[in-house]
Amino acid sequence: MIEHLPILQILVPMLTAPLCVLSRRPLVSWGLALAATWFALATSIQLLIRVLAEGTISYELGGWPPPWGIELRIDLVNVFVLLTVTAISSVVLTAAPRSLEKEIAEQRHYLFYAAYLLCMTGLLGMTATGDAFNVFVFLEISSLSSYILISMGTHRRALHAAFQYLVMGTLGGTFVLLGVGMLYMVTGTLNIVDMGARLGEVGPNRTVLVALAVIVVGTSIKLALFPLHSWLPNAYTYAPAMVTAFLAATATKVAYYVLVRFVFRVFGVELAFTALRLDAVLMPMAILAMFIASTVAIYQSDVKRMLAYSSLAQIGYMVLGLSLASVTGLTGGIVHLFNHAIMKSALFLALACVVLRIGSTKLDDLRGLGQRMPLTSAAFVGGGLGLIGVPMTAGFVSKWYLVLAALEGGFWPVSVLILLSSLLAVIYIWRVVEVIYFQSPPEGAAAVKEAPWSILVPTWILVGATFYFGISTSLTVGVASKAAALLVNGDAP
Amino acid sequence: MINLGLIDVVLLAFLVAITWAIIQLRDLFAAVMLTGIFSLISACLFMVMDAVDVAFTEAAVGAGISTVLMLRTLALTSGRSNPRFNRLELAPLLVVIAIGAALVYGTFDMPRYGDPQAPIHTYMAPRFIEQSGDEVGIPNIVTSVLGSYRSYDTFGETTVVFTAVIGVFLLLSDPRRGRRAGDALRDDIILRIGTKALVPFIMVFALYVQFHGDYGPGGGFQAGVIFAAAIVLYTLVFGLARAEKIFRRRRLELLVAGGVLLYGTVGVVSMALGGNFLDYSVLAHDPVHGQHLGILLIELGVGITVAAVMVSLFFLFVRRRQV
Repeated sequence: MIEHLPILQILVPMLTAPLCVLSRRPLVSWGLALAATWFALATSIQLLIRVLAEGTISYELGGWPPPWGIELRIDLVNVFVLLTVTAISSVVLTAAPRSLEKEIAEQRHYLFYAAYLLCMTGLLGMTATGDAFNVFVFLEISSLSSYILISMGTHRRALHAAFQYLVMGTLGGTFVLLGVGMLYMVTGTLNIVDMGARLGEVGPNRTVLVALAVIVVGTSIKLALFPLHSWLPNAYTYAPAMVTAFLAATATKVAYYVLVRFVFRVFGVELAFTALRLDAVLMPMAILAMFIASTVAIYQSDVKRMLAYSSLAQIGYMVLGLSLASVTGLTGGIVHLFNHAIMKSALFLALACVVLRIGSTKLDDLRGLGQRMPLTSAAFVGGGLGLIGVPMTAGFVSKWYLVLAALEGGFWPVSVLILLSSLLAVIYIWRVVEVIYFQSPPEGAAAVKEAPWSILVPTWILVGATFYFGISTSLTVGVASKAAALLVNGDAP
Repeated sequence: MINLGLIDVVLLAFLVAITWAIIQLRDLFAAVMLTGIFSLISACLFMVMDAVDVAFTEAAVGAGISTVLMLRTLALTSGRSNPRFNRLELAPLLVVIAIGAALVYGTFDMPRYGDPQAPIHTYMAPRFIEQSGDEVGIPNIVTSVLGSYRSYDTFGETTVVFTAVIGVFLLLSDPRRGRRAGDALRDDIILRIGTKALVPFIMVFALYVQFHGDYGPGGGFQAGVIFAAAIVLYTLVFGLARAEKIFRRRRLELLVAGGVLLYGTVGVVSMALGGNFLDYSVLAHDPVHGQHLGILLIELGVGITVAAVMVSLFFLFVRRRQV
């Protein structure tokens, strides 16, 4: 059994999705989905322990050796991403039913849970695989299901947001496929490790450079890197509250992982940063994302949309880490992947509580929320502190490594910019804090109850994690630094 | 430098001309018909490249079922495109030209078309060609690769089709919206008799494509689409009410999920028998027999899911009242 763990964590959610369709009952399908996600989380913890102890695990699907067959390849880099995705999926799904009851008709819940599981399957499949074409297959599953999930929002504009994402996402997927096709053409293989090795022999010819360019553009669209981000704000704003909490913490993170995997392990530092000067493109984009998105966030009147813009800025930090092309920079990027996932899903879950009780996330409607829903408000502040990067929170740890990496690479102005952009986060979080704590509730507002425990507990678990991983960094930085070394140098220290 | 035959030039020129016409046309009905022709010509191009299985799929899906679905969508929306979208936009045009130029630049170091020394022919292909006969034991190498060596990809693609139908179920099956639009063409005696005569043959042909995929071009994807085409034809002529007597929503859901589950179960059984996921060799006393059995079952799973998905898509579109 133990040797099948790599496939089981993808397969269990994948096969539970059709079972949800067969069950047709909201409660039964939720139970099934819950069992599948928590199983996947347990599996990824097991995998992390095994990878730390024994090194990279390879699993040959169909019993065919790579490159002829498809291989799942679990190493320190993707096991960390698998852990992030499964942890967030499980916690968010646990909180989901009460919020869904309000947003989606009950007779469709079983289909919703199936789509949720399929999205998770797609993300896990993209992460775990060691095969470049297989990345595309699972990218399709995750993309298609995320369009579906977003379109389930109550607002009519959810449909438009989903369609906008569908068009952009399809473009992104097509670019990735094009790049993979070109790489297959020049190397004759689809296995990622094999491809990297054979590409070294081919060298930086014109086809390879274009392949690199299209893969970077394709993944950047899925990642919503400035200026290819146009789909994200609407998608996050109009999606059902739980879907935003799930996707904001997972979908862009996996796209980041795919980008990192291709850049460092297929093309290699030499080709990507010397032959094409990817850093000269990605670093300015990352910095622009940090500033423009944070500034736009300050002017939003809807808190959900504000957090969506904040996500764009956080994606900027992760890409900045990549563009520094060093072990420290990548450590910062990968740690931020995890830290941002927990902070953002904590914040979006807190907003799910607000939607459930107040029915709106407009800043004006949140006046006096501190008195009306004290626990929800406190959770929002906790997540917000992490987003700013206050010491003792997870956000501080990742920004610390990014600043360190910038100094190490001789880019001291960049480290100043990281600090300055954090000040913008202080402003947009403070605006919300001011409204919920220092303004009185609107006249004649109906009394509201605190959110139900079923959502509050998962929210506070994530808030707790934000602080825990701000103090104890042995898991996050420990794994991420080894993963970064593996990516940059090809072996773990 | 490039060894294109006359036939390639003609077919590619057709594709360019059709694309240009689609862009120019305001009449969406004509545009949809042209996309069907586009697919058919692509299928011819794949034939010329000797990619028979791909050509078959393109013809069945691109020229066949997706054209029907698009026409159905037009019936629900409008037959003409909004002139607002026909303006020339400069910025997107420049982006498109830049990307096009980059892609052309990328072709300069590609191996020559048909070069026997290209990496794709010298690296993995020899094993597939020389050993798949002993390892998998079926004559159609494409089926060996799709059904066994890269079966996990095919499982993923089947799941993509399954995901698509979940989305359409969620989006279009709003219970508050009305039932079925107009009742087809039942009064036309020629269509009625013609359909009755054709449907059984189409179904038998689908089964042939399904089970003959080991030997010739074909397999679950194509067979599923062809089988669905028979039901779509029946529905067009006799109306949704009669077709739904057999294909109720509940049954379709069962089939849609059942095909994926069948595929997955084959993999799980092979794990239970001591192999890796989707390792068919452990399914029977003899590895090659196991491979045969495995491929047969997973292709069946694909066929069931694809057919049920296509029928469901069509029904949900037909059921939708004009907006």
